[in-house]
Amino acid sequence: MSNQGPKTLFDKIWFEHLVGQREDGTNLLYIDRHLVHEVTSPQAFEGLKLSNRPVHRPEATIAVADHNVPTINRQNIEDPQSKIQVETLAKNTKEHGIQYFDLMDQRQGIVHIIGPEQGITQPGMTIVCGDSHTSTHGAFGALAFGIGTSEVEHVLATQTIVQNPAKNMRISVNGELPFGVNSKDLILYIIGKIGTAGGTGHVIEYAGSSIMGLSMEGRMTICNMSIEAGARAGLISPDQTTFNYIKGRPYAPGTEHWDQAVEYWSSLPSDNDANYDHEIVIDSSEIDPMVTWGTSPEDVVSVKGTVPNPSSAKTENKKKSIERSLEYMGLKPGTKITDIKLDKIFIGSCTNGRIEDLRKVASIVKDKKIASHVQAMIVPGSGLVKKQAEEEGIDIILKDAGFEWREAGCSMCLGMNPDQLKPGERCASTSNRNFEGRQGRGGRTHLMSPELAAASAITGNISDIRDFT
Amino acid sequence: MDKFHSLKGIAAPLPIVNIDTDMIIPKQFLKTIKRTGLGVSLFYEMRYDNDGNLIKDFVLNTSPFDQSKILVAGDNFGCGSSREHAPWSLTDFGIRSVISTSFADIFYNNCFQNGILPIVVSPENLDQLMTAAKNQIEFTIDLPEQIIKAGNHSINFEIEEFRKERLLQGLDDIGITLGYQDKINAYEEDKKNKKPWLFKKN
Repeated sequence: MSNQGPKTLFDKIWFEHLVGQREDGTNLLYIDRHLVHEVTSPQAFEGLKLSNRPVHRPEATIAVADHNVPTINRQNIEDPQSKIQVETLAKNTKEHGIQYFDLMDQRQGIVHIIGPEQGITQPGMTIVCGDSHTSTHGAFGALAFGIGTSEVEHVLATQTIVQNPAKNMRISVNGELPFGVNSKDLILYIIGKIGTAGGTGHVIEYAGSSIMGLSMEGRMTICNMSIEAGARAGLISPDQTTFNYIKGRPYAPGTEHWDQAVEYWSSLPSDNDANYDHEIVIDSSEIDPMVTWGTSPEDVVSVKGTVPNPSSAKTENKKKSIERSLEYMGLKPGTKITDIKLDKIFIGSCTNGRIEDLRKVASIVKDKKIASHVQAMIVPGSGLVKKQAEEEGIDIILKDAGFEWREAGCSMCLGMNPDQLKPGERCASTSNRNFEGRQGRGGRTHLMSPELAAASAITGNISDIRDFT
Repeated sequence: MDKFHSLKGIAAPLPIVNIDTDMIIPKQFLKTIKRTGLGVSLFYEMRYDNDGNLIKDFVLNTSPFDQSKILVAGDNFGCGSSREHAPWSLTDFGIRSVISTSFADIFYNNCFQNGILPIVVSPENLDQLMTAAKNQIEFTIDLPEQIIKAGNHSINFEIEEFRKERLLQGLDDIGITLGYQDKINAYEEDKKNKKPWLFKKN
């Protein structure tokens, strides 16, 4: 990679943030914004204390509690460990002068929802957080990736990170998205195609008319799940859609700097003749609404398809992996996806907990009732998403249909709070991971779009939105 | 951080692909505010039943593998979440090296922050080492020489020089970077002029 000649969006951000090279040959990359939450930060603050180091630039960090927080009754966190973790974040941020949105603050929510919502996330930035779904912010053309707690401590102490450049991959999706297919289907399809290690060592730039035609919410869903394809970060070129989204948000550049910022942002898209280490081109007409059947996000199939047969696997390892997944999921090969009966519906998460997602769900379940055997829960991504939905009457529609309307947080995406599946329970989930035990020990997760999850809530089976009227 | 030079011992075979960090250390153990004490919960759902009893035939619950310092695992080890609790639970259990055909990026990075050596080998070599591990053949991992020996097998591995040095010397990464404080300050001064909106106070 060179600072001369045509560059990709990633290359441009990389060189712009290069502070220098250390003697050991590693690069120091400057970090513009650092997002912190309660689960992966306490040991980092403890590390600073033990070595008596200050936070280098407290105003570049924003903190919020999201992973552990209850979605009902916010006044009191019953789990004593969760309570300590949330209190520890409050204490640490206060001690170091870091902005913290507490649980009673309407701006509280999932860290990857509130970054963009507040205008903290901007094109051309480097953004890190001790959370793998930091890739979400790449939707704005920001280089954003998840880091471990030791690196959180490093960023707090130095505002830099030790990195070596990633490889560039471009995935272009062209054409108008077919009816019933949206950004979640698109990213699930991509993960199915390249596999959960397909993007390892790469930053994926998503391009093409299908991608650029998406709203910011849709773009965030795509970049969010880049990590499920093994990539540390996803990127989408900033354009007018991006600028319109950011303008006027609390942390966005003010009028005094707006034009200057837009001018810089407009210089970021990859040069026409930039070089990629890997290129994939997809025609969007080949994509159906997608659902996962197994315990890895690469285990995807069209909602019109069937549960795969291990004997069709190309390698012995793959065969064993399918067998293991099917046993865990309690599924038989050849079962039609739409014959799979559900117990729970979870709508929310940093993948699909935004206002646009909630609006879609409301439009589908309006004047209908969820199936009598399912329990359905909707967890807005932030307090402000919740407020907006309530102003639009979305909460009434959802509650009338039988959904539980909750407070903002990560909730059942990872089940650190009381929202969990019981062993054997089967859930249609708009979240990002279907790992064994992810939503609760023995819980069975089927990842899908909010549209499919909404339709499935009504029928009680996994359902194709295209058949749903 | 503990230094890493060489390791000798039995390796535990874990022939499962895509072992994710939720499997390595499930969510309920992420509520700690300490780095220590997670070893007992490593691979919790594979090691313990619903009542918290040991699942006797899980490899890390059987002798001599319950004393393993080395893990041989299927492709794409450590995918999923960024939780550093994964390497913390491995070291706390006593695992100092993981051998696989590939690792997820964040997990790979986290290992080096915690004195764990992740080693990438070819699929053929992984098969050989998996068999050797199952047969309880003693492994020797030599970091300076970048070589794994197990029975008749002698396998060279690649590692970036700075990562190797970091493990050999147990370096404090933050301490090193703070040596570049002047450069960081100069970078910030330059950007304050060129991109003032990034330094706006809210």
